[in-house]
Amino acid sequence: MNDSIVSLVDKYHLIAAFAVVGLTMYVAYWLSRHLTAGRLHGSAIAIIIGLVLAYVGGVSTGGSKGLSDVTLFSGLGLMGGGMLRDLAIIATAYGVRFQEIKKAGLRGVIALFLGVLVSFVAGAVVAVGFGYTDPVDITTIAAGAVTYIVGPVTGATLGASSEVIALSIAAGLVKSILTMIATPATARLIGLDNPRSAMIFGGLIGTTSGVAAGLAATDARLVPYGAMTATFYTGLGILLAPTVLFLAVRALF
Amino acid sequence: MVIYGVALLAGCMLVGLIIGDVLGQLLGISANLGGVGIAMLLLIFVTGYLKDRGKLPEATESGINFWNAMYIPIVVAMAASQNVAAAFSGGMVAIVAGVLAVALGLALVPVLTGKKGEDAQPLDPPASAAMPPSRATTSDRSAR
Repeated sequence: MNDSIVSLVDKYHLIAAFAVVGLTMYVAYWLSRHLTAGRLHGSAIAIIIGLVLAYVGGVSTGGSKGLSDVTLFSGLGLMGGGMLRDLAIIATAYGVRFQEIKKAGLRGVIALFLGVLVSFVAGAVVAVGFGYTDPVDITTIAAGAVTYIVGPVTGATLGASSEVIALSIAAGLVKSILTMIATPATARLIGLDNPRSAMIFGGLIGTTSGVAAGLAATDARLVPYGAMTATFYTGLGILLAPTVLFLAVRALF
Repeated sequence: MVIYGVALLAGCMLVGLIIGDVLGQLLGISANLGGVGIAMLLLIFVTGYLKDRGKLPEATESGINFWNAMYIPIVVAMAASQNVAAAFSGGMVAIVAGVLAVALGLALVPVLTGKKGEDAQPLDPPASAAMPPSRATTSDRSAR
């Protein structure tokens, strides 16, 4: 009986994921209303629950995809994977006025370049502070602080060791996860309540999953603006990190 | 029909991703450069064009709006499939580097946003569930 239920849920994994996420959302919004009097957004709580479950799933299975490595919840990987996530992000652009994007356009582009540069320098400084002296190692860890995709791509291009590449992925993951949690908490402080600052935020932070979840937990209407710039960030990082930025690091060390 | 909206969305996504891919190849990087952002712009223009001509019936619209509304649940599923365990087992270098990158990025948002002009006005308070908390916090502030 138990076995047949497990195999059924496994077979219909995406449907099971819809049910699990729906239940999570219900619990999160209930907690938001009754425990925090609406102060902490329901979606923020849902994302935090998701992250905690991902941690538990990762530790218990030793896999790399959080809770979706648990057979029963494998559909979460499809539902929250890049394909459906990007489709939903694009759908949020429906109803956005192009005027808003045009007005913040230049600042958004500046934010993109500055965002890649600042994250890279932050990562490089920390790497040097922890005693790394090889330019390849420093660049790879610094690229990881840009996003968890830029890190391994840069490391592979430069021929970094797998240990350093793993470190750069971890740095990018920390950035992404922290963005999900820190964005709603600091939104008021940094004036993240309008399309312009959302576009700048997307450009400065850039890690797509972090920006997507952080803005969803702050105010879902800001998502298209932040996502618009963030979507260029990883590409720009892959363009700059193994080339210009690596040369700069090598010139310094 | 609802599928027209979904197909329109899918079409914009595919065209955007193809353009992003070509851009990446032109620059010699193994990544999609802004494909999603380009798809978003495409969707804004195409739906704007159709709407102006009255060719975007409610059923078509609902095909797009469904995925728009699924955004937060999808993000929750995404959060649940992150490699959180690896992030915390990466060691101090990874944690400090990640934290510093986020802190600096967030700190720079108000610097780049600058003075609030006409184009940086907050969005209207959401009409739905978020109303009571936002009202509560404004009264908190005036009480202080």
